[in-house]
Amino acid sequence: MEKRCTDSQVKGVSTGTTILAATFDGGVVIGSDSRASIGGEYVSSKTINKVIQVHDRIFSCMAGSLADAQAVTKAAKFHLSFHSVQMETPPLVIAAASVLKELCYKNKDELQAGFITAGWDRKKGPQVYVVSLGGMLISQPVTIGGSGSTYIYGYVDAKYKPNMSKEECLQFATNALALAMGRDNVSGGVAHLVVVTETGVEHVVVPGDKLPKFHNE
Amino acid sequence: SASYDLSASTFSPDGRVFQVEYAMKAVENSSTAIAIRCKDGVVFGVEKLVLSKLYEQGSNKRIFNIDRHVGMAVAGLLADARSLSEVAREEASSFRSNYGHDIPLKHLSDRVAMYVHAYTLYSAVRPFGCSFILGSYDKDDGPQLYMVDPSGISHVSTHTHARTHMKEMTCREIVKEVAKIIYIVHDEVKDKAFELELSWVGEVTNGRHELVPKDVREEAEKYAKTREQADSMFIVGSI
Repeated sequence: MEKRCTDSQVKGVSTGTTILAATFDGGVVIGSDSRASIGGEYVSSKTINKVIQVHDRIFSCMAGSLADAQAVTKAAKFHLSFHSVQMETPPLVIAAASVLKELCYKNKDELQAGFITAGWDRKKGPQVYVVSLGGMLISQPVTIGGSGSTYIYGYVDAKYKPNMSKEECLQFATNALALAMGRDNVSGGVAHLVVVTETGVEHVVVPGDKLPKFHNE
Repeated sequence: SASYDLSASTFSPDGRVFQVEYAMKAVENSSTAIAIRCKDGVVFGVEKLVLSKLYEQGSNKRIFNIDRHVGMAVAGLLADARSLSEVAREEASSFRSNYGHDIPLKHLSDRVAMYVHAYTLYSAVRPFGCSFILGSYDKDDGPQLYMVDPSGISHVSTHTHARTHMKEMTCREIVKEVAKIIYIVHDEVKDKAFELELSWVGEVTNGRHELVPKDVREEAEKYAKTREQADSMFIVGSI
């Protein structure tokens, strides 16, 4: 398959997915849809997991080519596990994001994968980092990605508040995913959500029929 | 020890590597370097012998900056120490590039110690003839102090040859004590001129390792000169 260089320079490669992460008071919520599609027509998987645990309190959402994202995530997971044993302490979220960033930046000619990395660490508490396709790394309190994200910028900008409670943030994330999945044909399936705090990790799965419904449904 | 001491790749019958022990002699015979970890930072002091009146003041420094937050004081062969300071700088810099944050001191000390140890394994090279002390201060982890010797062991230290009441003192107070210790251990008869190098890293410098300011140094030296006689009986030794 030829390289999609011209495409990405002109249009930017978007992927059939919706991913997001948001910080709240004491933790982060990370979420994604579960649809994998080919050519925008065929749904190759209704229940794919796009939120990967790279360490005890650090998760990464994949965007872009799933093959590239999986390969990079596996390499980063190994690297972080070794790093954390050497340091004798859990890795910082920025260390996890930097590992992914180095892989994306150094191999930018071959790869087409971006990530949202979020988690909790002892030093800076809850954090969200975005690693874009070319290997840029920035920190944000809330961020969205994937093709479905275009439909929810307005919702996120209007409804996100810093230092929400866990329940408020979970509701915010569920609504955002539901809205994106409702409009983006290549996002769908179930909503995977993960809540990370100092004390632990909680997985929430919301099946398609249990997602919040809005006026037009 | 007749024929077992010619290369680092040979053990003696009683299980010693003489080349490493000889390297440690280079440290023993060097002038004093000291570091004290106190309540809010780490203070370094070096008795830098001035070998020639032609040298400018401040030349041949024996305290190095490894990263913004890490200082290194050395004893032994200065050329070996300089080369290791470059190794330490590269380790710290590449850690920051890979992981996005300051290198933890223990990790830096382990990495440089591993490098030093590698030079004790082969006959083609000689071990490094220097020991060094690494110190840093971080808001979350507090002051930390490690020492690496020519065998490649990284030792964690609380206070290098200091009395326990020093644990509760601040950097500003400890600077004077460090100056005093250096003045006391300096042998007037054996070595004539020396320069006192003082540096610190702690809350007082916002976590940056720096040479102490001129006024602090002058105050410390004044204190050291007046207290030298009174307290000399309490000092145990030097590294």
